[in-house]
Amino acid sequence: MNKITGHYSQSYDSELNEAVDRLLTMGALVEQQLRDAIKAFIKGDRELAQQVIQTDRKVNTYEISIEEHCLEIIARRQPAARDLRLIMGVLKSINDVERVGDQAEHIAKQLLEEDCQRPTDAQLEDIEMMGDKVLHMLQQSLKAFKEMDAALALAVLKQDKLVDNDYGRILRHNLTYMLEDTRQITRGLHLIWVARALERIGDHAQNICEFSIFIAKGKNVSHLTEEEVEAVVDKGKK
Amino acid sequence: MSNQTDTTSQPMLKSAVQQKVQASLSRRHRQERLFKFTGLTAVMISLALVAMLFINIFSKGLPAFWQTSITLDIYFDPAIIQISEKPVQRADESSNEFRERFLAWQGELGMINFNRLISDSLMQVLPDADQHRRQILRVVTSGERFALRDMVKDDPSIIGQTKRLNLLTDANIDVWLKGNIDRSLPDHQQQLSPVVQKWADDLYASGIIKNRFSFALFMNPDSRSSLASAGLAGAFMGSLFMMLIVMFLAVPMGVAAAIYLEEFAPKNKITDLVEVNINNLAAVPSIVFGLLGAAVFIGWFNLPISAPMVGGLVLSLMTLPTVIIATRSTLKAIPPSIRQAALGLGASKMQTIFHHVLPLAFPGILTASILGVAQALGEAAPLLLIGMKSFVATVPTSPFEQSTALPVQIFLWQGNELRNFFEARTSAAIIVLLTMMISLNGIAIWLRKKFEQRW
Amino acid sequence: MTRDHQDRIQQVQSITETGHSMNQQTELKMKARDVKVYYGNDQAIKGIDMDVVKNEVLAFIGPSGCGKSTFLRCLNRMNDTIDICRVTGTIELDGQNMYDPSLDVVQLRAQVGMVFQKPNPFPKSIYDNIAYGPKLHGLASKKSDLDDIVESSLQKAGLWNEVKDRLDQPGTGLSGGQQQRLCIARTIAVSPEVILMDEPCSALDPIATSIIEELIDELKANFTIVMVTHNMQQAARVSDRTAFFHLGELVEVGATNEVFTNPKHKRTEDYITGRYG
Repeated sequence: MNKITGHYSQSYDSELNEAVDRLLTMGALVEQQLRDAIKAFIKGDRELAQQVIQTDRKVNTYEISIEEHCLEIIARRQPAARDLRLIMGVLKSINDVERVGDQAEHIAKQLLEEDCQRPTDAQLEDIEMMGDKVLHMLQQSLKAFKEMDAALALAVLKQDKLVDNDYGRILRHNLTYMLEDTRQITRGLHLIWVARALERIGDHAQNICEFSIFIAKGKNVSHLTEEEVEAVVDKGKK
Repeated sequence: MSNQTDTTSQPMLKSAVQQKVQASLSRRHRQERLFKFTGLTAVMISLALVAMLFINIFSKGLPAFWQTSITLDIYFDPAIIQISEKPVQRADESSNEFRERFLAWQGELGMINFNRLISDSLMQVLPDADQHRRQILRVVTSGERFALRDMVKDDPSIIGQTKRLNLLTDANIDVWLKGNIDRSLPDHQQQLSPVVQKWADDLYASGIIKNRFSFALFMNPDSRSSLASAGLAGAFMGSLFMMLIVMFLAVPMGVAAAIYLEEFAPKNKITDLVEVNINNLAAVPSIVFGLLGAAVFIGWFNLPISAPMVGGLVLSLMTLPTVIIATRSTLKAIPPSIRQAALGLGASKMQTIFHHVLPLAFPGILTASILGVAQALGEAAPLLLIGMKSFVATVPTSPFEQSTALPVQIFLWQGNELRNFFEARTSAAIIVLLTMMISLNGIAIWLRKKFEQRW
Repeated sequence: MTRDHQDRIQQVQSITETGHSMNQQTELKMKARDVKVYYGNDQAIKGIDMDVVKNEVLAFIGPSGCGKSTFLRCLNRMNDTIDICRVTGTIELDGQNMYDPSLDVVQLRAQVGMVFQKPNPFPKSIYDNIAYGPKLHGLASKKSDLDDIVESSLQKAGLWNEVKDRLDQPGTGLSGGQQQRLCIARTIAVSPEVILMDEPCSALDPIATSIIEELIDELKANFTIVMVTHNMQQAARVSDRTAFFHLGELVEVGATNEVFTNPKHKRTEDYITGRYG
């Protein structure tokens, strides 16, 4: 990873690195949580689903500790420019990472509430495929944050379209099933909820990437078109 | 100290560094004590020297402020003072004619033997005076006859009256009565004949001769014929005139030069040269200024010799570098922030200096000036070279008249043959000079305090 | 197109380039072009172009010896007082070159006032401190006019309530912060258009500093303020635009929020984030 260096105060360097490290650790935890959630849902592993739900408390603790750490840096160091953007990015990113955890928990809960029949293999395959994409997005967004790699972040941003497409397809399929067979409604809704959660996670990964670009390029890209973001990312620093 | 001994008793507890520090400590403390002791000794020695000087001068000089005088009833005997009436200016007379007439009258007065009035009067108090008529005038100092003459000159109506007067005794009687001469010396080594010695003792015992405060010391000019009436008035006036000249010449010139050099002069080779020379001038021996004064002021400008005017000019020259250097350092000490503040408000350089810098520097400049004047006041060497050591028996009334100065007077008296009398007189003159200097310094301190309080 | 018009367009462009937002009413107050300053043979300022906009607070930041104070002192020709200092280039105040030999520096300094690092009230009464400038320039014909100027200046400097009962007491008897406000009031009293401040708070405690900062914010309505500060947070707090100086060069000037969140140059970034470049 790109270590933050060069401050006259070396402890300031390590404090900033600590903030990023903790965010990445939290990210890794959530990543695992998501992987488990998807796995549990696909395999119908209720025990694993319980575990996913429990992990969420750990994630919340991380969020609070990172927030406190950043607050301390702001209070004591009055960060400016890139450092200020970094702290800002970390603070906002933990929010999204935590939400990813919530969504993973949500997915696990769908399994536990599923008292009717299991989805078909084809349905599960759709979910698994979408889950892989989302998981990859999350991994890449955290990597982009870690490396402060705006180009990678941009690439991740572009992937969100695919995830959105998957969501649209799953939604359409399930709606068709539900219209055909009313007994399928409960199962269909569960599947839609899961897909919806995965789609949200994609959005959160997208946010994390936007923060990476903000930190690296100093420009807030939240509501820009893809071309505009590209222009920002391509703009080199003097 | 107690701490030290404590820790040395438990060396186990200390690190190597501490041990080394410990080892060097006693040496450091010793050096410190030695230094303190040396400094203190130096201060004590100088204090002791100053104290000795003061004790010496005051013990010798203070008795000279009192002088023996004799109280006599002087009968202004018309038989002795035979003189025409004092002329009065008539309406039809020009002032020149009147002056001639008056001078003639004064000449007449000068012919009269006022000593006879004194000896007649003395005979009344000295029963055996008849046998020693020659000695009788040794009792009263010779200058007192002029005092009687002046009384008659001022008021001729006094003739025929008897006045009780205090007349100064001869210097030798003063010496004898104050015990400034060894009474056991054989007669031929004594200044006074045995008869006069006895008279002096008798009159002193009977209270006719008394030790009184000596106004003569302050009111009279120097005298060689009548030593007892020699005074400092001439030298004092000379010094005063010179001081005024220095004050009105050296101080404004020095301050102006300092302001120009410090604030306005461009910094270049020429000003550097000027600066170096001013500093060098301050170190030139004062006697050189005397030579310069003799050559320039007396030789070229034909100013009168031994006049306070020339003395003042020479002393001004001598004081100028001191005043310039002191004023410049005062100006330098004014914080630049004040100048910046004024300049920043749009004051011109001149306004900045006159509105802000000079008022702040004023106490310092004042001190510098007064100290410069005091230095000039105490200077004797250059004055010797411009003829101010000559004997002047009148009190000058203008800076162009011949005069001497206090330090020169001290020098002259120090060399007088009648040591017994003049040793004390010299110390008294030194006390007067010191008093003037100390009061000048006192004024300087007072003024500085007064003006500094305003800020 | 006239040359004059072209200049105007360039001005506006340069302002927008330097980060001042266009929609704000911008009027150029000072314009420095290719300013170089030499102390003897050493070049302290290496050709600076800068615009100062009316009623803005412009802060100069940079490491010690970067030339920011030297440049500030060029803006009212305080450098003239240093013999070995030589300034080239042009600095215009309302279109008039202030280094024109025909311009009297006294008049310039009445227009461009200065507040210094260390509070330096005159060792006179509070009243006389304020009244000195107006008297100098003959701004008040009557005593009552002068009284008015003194009162309004002290009020603008936020000092009136604290000192109104002791105007005859020495200005040096005030606290450090009050002294600095007195110096600001003294500067205001001659109604300058621009006020230069050379690290005005560096000798003050944080409370006094906050009061001065608040004051600067208020003064902005009537004056254009250019200040040098060593305290980056202060620049961030009070200024509209910030200029970063380094080794006698103007590295970057721009809107303060830009400079402190996303500086354009690496040297600026390194300086404000506390890195060695």
